[in-house]
Formats: sequence, structure tokens, C-alpha cells
Amino acid sequence: MAGEGEKKPVLEMVQADGADEGCVTFVLHDEDHTLGNSLRYLIMKNGDVDFCGYTITHPSESKINFRIQTRGGVAATEPLRRGLNELSDVCQHVLNTFQARVNEFKERQEQPME
Amino acid sequence: MAAITKNVEEIRNRVILGEFGVKNVHTTDYPGNYPGYDDTWDLEKFQKNFRIDVVNLDESSMEFDMVGIDAAIANAFRRILLAEVPTMAIEKVFIYNNTSIVQDEVLAHRLGLIPIKADPRLFEYRNTEGSEIDTIQLQLKIKCSRNPRASKDSSDPRELYLNHMVYSKDIKWLRPGQELDITMHCVKGIGKDHAKFSPVATASYRLLPEITLLEPVEGEMLPWSRRASYLQTCWSQRPSKSS
Repeated sequence: MAGEGEKKPVLEMVQADGADEGCVTFVLHDEDHTLGNSLRYLIMKNGDVDFCGYTITHPSESKINFRIQTRGGVAATEPLRRGLNELSDVCQHVLNTFQARVNEFKERQEQPME
Repeated sequence: MAAITKNVEEIRNRVILGEFGVKNVHTTDYPGNYPGYDDTWDLEKFQKNFRIDVVNLDESSMEFDMVGIDAAIANAFRRILLAEVPTMAIEKVFIYNNTSIVQDEVLAHRLGLIPIKADPRLFEYRNTEGSEIDTIQLQLKIKCSRNPRASKDSSDPRELYLNHMVYSKDIKWLRPGQELDITMHCVKGIGKDHAKFSPVATASYRLLPEITLLEPVEGEMLPWSRRASYLQTCWSQRPSKSS
């Protein structure tokens, strides 16, 4: 946690004392439903995850509490890392498909004029 | 057994519009919820099932279908379009002379809402001082005067006065003797900061509707002769696709 002076933390981990590494609440700063809901969806699709949810603690503060509970002794940071990577892959694929289809559509539109 | 499988498919894939509310809204296809289904995330399976069909695309609007993606991610795209795609907009307005009937702050507010056709990817965000890498400087200097060539009894302002409409955003407010002399600084920002920076007028999504007719509707016999053609008008004029 580098929170002092100008540097604000982007991500913090809060863990109950005595709980294992599989149950962790992450506090993500400067985030809202945009990342929270899509990340929650992808992490829930992970077979190791028992529970995944997020809340916006107060609408005036732009931070979310993101909780992951895993089963089988998996550390909670692993599904989080995987979920973020998968989200990035999904977005990249959607972008590629979208650009290809839009170009195709534009070409098809020009053809009847020729 | 076939009835149960069909029901499961419906629960997994459909949102049902009931008379008093919407049922089955939340995504339930997570691993472990349905025995016999493997719902674990698989990028290849997603890529195989995912497709985009552009319905129409023109200068100012676009409509397209996304098949095989969950509402959570589609909603994230919508939210990003509204709030986090940067554009350029007028931020600081230096008013040297404004003798029109529009107040300074109202004028500055309206100038900020004007869409600026500059590619924000070529600019940086502005910190404190302005330089050519992060600011566009615009100027508006216009004065309204009487048109000496107008006829005696015309009442059309377009003919009576010169420069009475301040173009590029059709606000007509100037009358003879009034003038505007303004310099504007235009910076890069995102919709989260101020709605003037939002690149879209609006962005929305909806689930693809599936309408099942419970009985055939025909238009042969009077007085039902118009029933079928009325029903046909419910559909938009989209060309039918072969797939």
C-alpha cells in the first residue's frame, strides 16, 4: 500500500484474521460497475471460485469492494489475475471482430454504387 | 424428459416478459449450477460462438447485433462509450467583448457543448499550462450590422442584417451593434468528468426479442382481412438474412 502524498493506491487487499488465502476482499479504487460487473461475470465462470461479488460502498466514493472466495485451497489472487486477463482477451476479440465486420459492411455498401 | 430439457434451455438462455414484470433476468450459467453442462469460461468456445452483424451504419448512428456475449460485458461497453471515451471540447472561454443578449456564462456553457471534430488520439490530457500538444485554440469574432441593401419593408432578419446568425452552431442572437470577441481553449477529456466530453449522443443496448406466435394469423376472411398485414408492420424494414 503506497498510500501517502500524491500516490493513491489502485488496489488493496483486506483479509479477515485467521481466514485462509482463498477468501479475500479487494478494494479497487476509481472503479465502478463498468469493471466490477464484467469482471464478476468472468470470475464466476471460473470453476475454482465458490463466491464472487462486488459492491459499491457509497455512490459518492468511486471505489468497489470485490470479494472472491475460492474452493480447494486456491489463492484468491489467482482467479482475479485470470479474470482480468480473460476480460482483456474478450475485449480484444470483440474489437477485432467488430472492426472486421464494420469494414465488410462499408465495402458492401460501396459496391452497389459501382 | 424432453419437456424438462426444453425448460432448462429456456431458463439458461431467455429473459421472459411477463404481464407484470420481467422474469429470469440474472445470468445463471455458471459452472456447477446445471448438472451436465460445462459452463466454465473457454475463450475458444466464446470465439466460436461470437459474431457481430451490422444492421445499419451512417454518419450519425449505428446499430449492430452482438450474438454470444453476456449482458455484463455488453453493458460495460455501453458504459465506456458514454463515460470513458475521450473527445475534445471547449473548456476555457476568454471573453473580450460580448454585447449580445446572451450572458457570458450561458454563452460559455453552450460553447462547451459544441462537438469538436478533432481526433483526441492526437492530443494529450492537459495538466496546467497549455501547449500545442494538448490544446486547440479557437477564435470567434463577429459583429452584426445592418444590411444596406435590404428592401424597405422586409421583416426577415436574414435579409435585414448581416452576420446576425453565428454559424457553426445556429444560435441566432445578434442584432445591429452587438458583437462577440472570444478566444477558446479546447482540451481532451472524458464523459465522467463532464458530459460535454461524451462522444455519443446516447449509446444503448437491448436483448434481441424473440416473439412466438401462438396461432397462425391469416388475412383472408373479412373482417380479419387486415390482421396479417397489421402484424407485418410490427417488424422493421430489415432485409431477411439467409442464416
